[in-house]
Amino acid sequence: MFYLFAAVAIGASLLVIAQRNPIYSVLLLIGSFGALSGLYVMLDAPFVAVIQIIVYAGAIMVLFLFVVMLLNAPHEDTEYDERVHPLLRPGPMRLGALLALLLGIELLWALGRGGESGVFPGGAVTSVAVIGRSLFTDYAFPFEVTSILILVAMVGAVVLARRDTARDRRDRGGV
Amino acid sequence: MVTLNHYLILSAILFAIGTAGVFVRRNLITILLSIEIMLNAVNLTFVAFGRALGSADGQIIVFFVMTVAAAEAAVGLAIVISLFRHKESLNPDSFASLKW
Amino acid sequence: MAGAASGGSASLTPLLIAQIVLTLFVFVMLLNSAAVMVYFERKVAAVLQQRIGPYLVGPKGLLQPIADVIKLMFKEELRPRAADPLLFALAPIISATAAFAAFAVVPFGASTTFFGLLKEPLKLQVADVNVAVLVIFAIASMGVYGIVLAGWSSNSKYSLLGGLRSSAQMISYELSYGMALASVLLIGNSLSLTDLVNGQAGVWLGFIPRWFVFLQPLGFLIFMTAGIAETNRAPFDFPEAEQELVAGYHTEYSSMSFAMFFLAEYINMVTVSAVATDLYLGGWHGPWLPLSLGWIWFLIKVGAILFFYVWMRWTLPRYRYDQLMAFGWKVLLPVSVVNLLVTAAGVLYFGL
Repeated sequence: MFYLFAAVAIGASLLVIAQRNPIYSVLLLIGSFGALSGLYVMLDAPFVAVIQIIVYAGAIMVLFLFVVMLLNAPHEDTEYDERVHPLLRPGPMRLGALLALLLGIELLWALGRGGESGVFPGGAVTSVAVIGRSLFTDYAFPFEVTSILILVAMVGAVVLARRDTARDRRDRGGV
Repeated sequence: MVTLNHYLILSAILFAIGTAGVFVRRNLITILLSIEIMLNAVNLTFVAFGRALGSADGQIIVFFVMTVAAAEAAVGLAIVISLFRHKESLNPDSFASLKW
Repeated sequence: MAGAASGGSASLTPLLIAQIVLTLFVFVMLLNSAAVMVYFERKVAAVLQQRIGPYLVGPKGLLQPIADVIKLMFKEELRPRAADPLLFALAPIISATAAFAAFAVVPFGASTTFFGLLKEPLKLQVADVNVAVLVIFAIASMGVYGIVLAGWSSNSKYSLLGGLRSSAQMISYELSYGMALASVLLIGNSLSLTDLVNGQAGVWLGFIPRWFVFLQPLGFLIFMTAGIAETNRAPFDFPEAEQELVAGYHTEYSSMSFAMFFLAEYINMVTVSAVATDLYLGGWHGPWLPLSLGWIWFLIKVGAILFFYVWMRWTLPRYRYDQLMAFGWKVLLPVSVVNLLVTAAGVLYFGL
């Protein structure tokens, strides 16, 4: 099961960055999140798994999809040939891919040096009540801070995305 | 037998894929998606470590990461929309000028 | 997350067989419920409008749904040339799958041994998940994608508008939906639907049933309003508003792919009604009947809510789109937050 979910997650993520059309990228990313959610279930964290689906796949990705559909700009405009696949373009792109590959190898190397790896112990915290209690006692301050962060982000998003009506009117020639 | 290392390696691979996406792609939306991949890779690490240590802290951190990711997506997409309105383009290179 | 769980050992025990049979039974009954609902809706609509309704096919028009299905199956499958072929085919499948999957975690009766046929009691539920409420919520949020993708992939203005409207509407109303759910969870002190239903057994003062609807009247109203909006039914049927958008997101669909959207809509209605019954109306608990026959009460209650749905549709005119958004964000959400706070305070200080 682990290998199935892992393969889906890696495959979908690879395809996310290899798609030309952002709509497909968003959908593949949802698939990847689904696989990760399955992994969370295997890690005895069903609550996180469900939250992953609700928040990530259900809310954040709908937002992405919404914007992609709204902009409706499937083509990636670069100085490079449009027909070349995005991952195979020359120049600085190659360097970027190389750097990412280097990072991956480095991480794997570091993990390989870690030596003995623990088999998971028996007792796992699966109860929602325990998580909630911990969230509202030990982590009460970070919790409040994130709520303020969300509020600020909400206001910021509204301000940024709002059309500046007064200036628009002037641009159109004082209609 | 699937051990902690399996999860960490998977997470490392996902993180590298996300990094590659940020470096290679020239589409703002795909770049934001790649950042989401990286955040998720980190989430997986947190949950796996939390499970290995037998504590709920890993799962709680994931909530905070998700909250921040939601905020980031909302603000990021709002910026993308307003940029697109100015230049009709999603290529980050076309926003290199300091003034327009 | 769907599929048969808790089957015990891997070998084919009678319990496991019963579980599989139950799963298939639920699947078939959901298909049937959609057909029955179509007939029911047309008849009720006819009564409300002083018409007769379908009466030609079979006695009293009872075979009308079958005729409809046969007609749909023999229609030609059309696809616009500019449509995205993969997503166009995928969208109805996502819709229908999400609709079926959501019902998997809904319990519809107490544990029963089928009159001693089985050694151990079998739960009348496809999969008993201890975070069932959240799973329903998660799958419901997946259903949005079917509609949004249908709207986008058809490459038609009406479809796209329908898809955009539905995604905005569902995200907005999901919040109130979740808040209403959370208040019930606080009172019931569990995330499992079975536990929540069992928390509603018994009576107060000898005659009032201990249903959560009496503790949460406001929550029930919020839940139903948000539920109607989530299932895109009138008066919130903007994604398919006929007068504005032809048929909204499924304008370009025909034949079986259209039938799948239709099916998904009706099954979603049944699921929302079943969840509302479990959460607020005491599920299978009711007077006079033994617990093993509780599913009869369950069916009666679900039927009543479905009638309410149809009644709403043919009584209320459609909102305007900006009114819908204003209502969702400026009325429903604040009210549900206040409801949640009051409930939390009540649980904390009075131990409801």
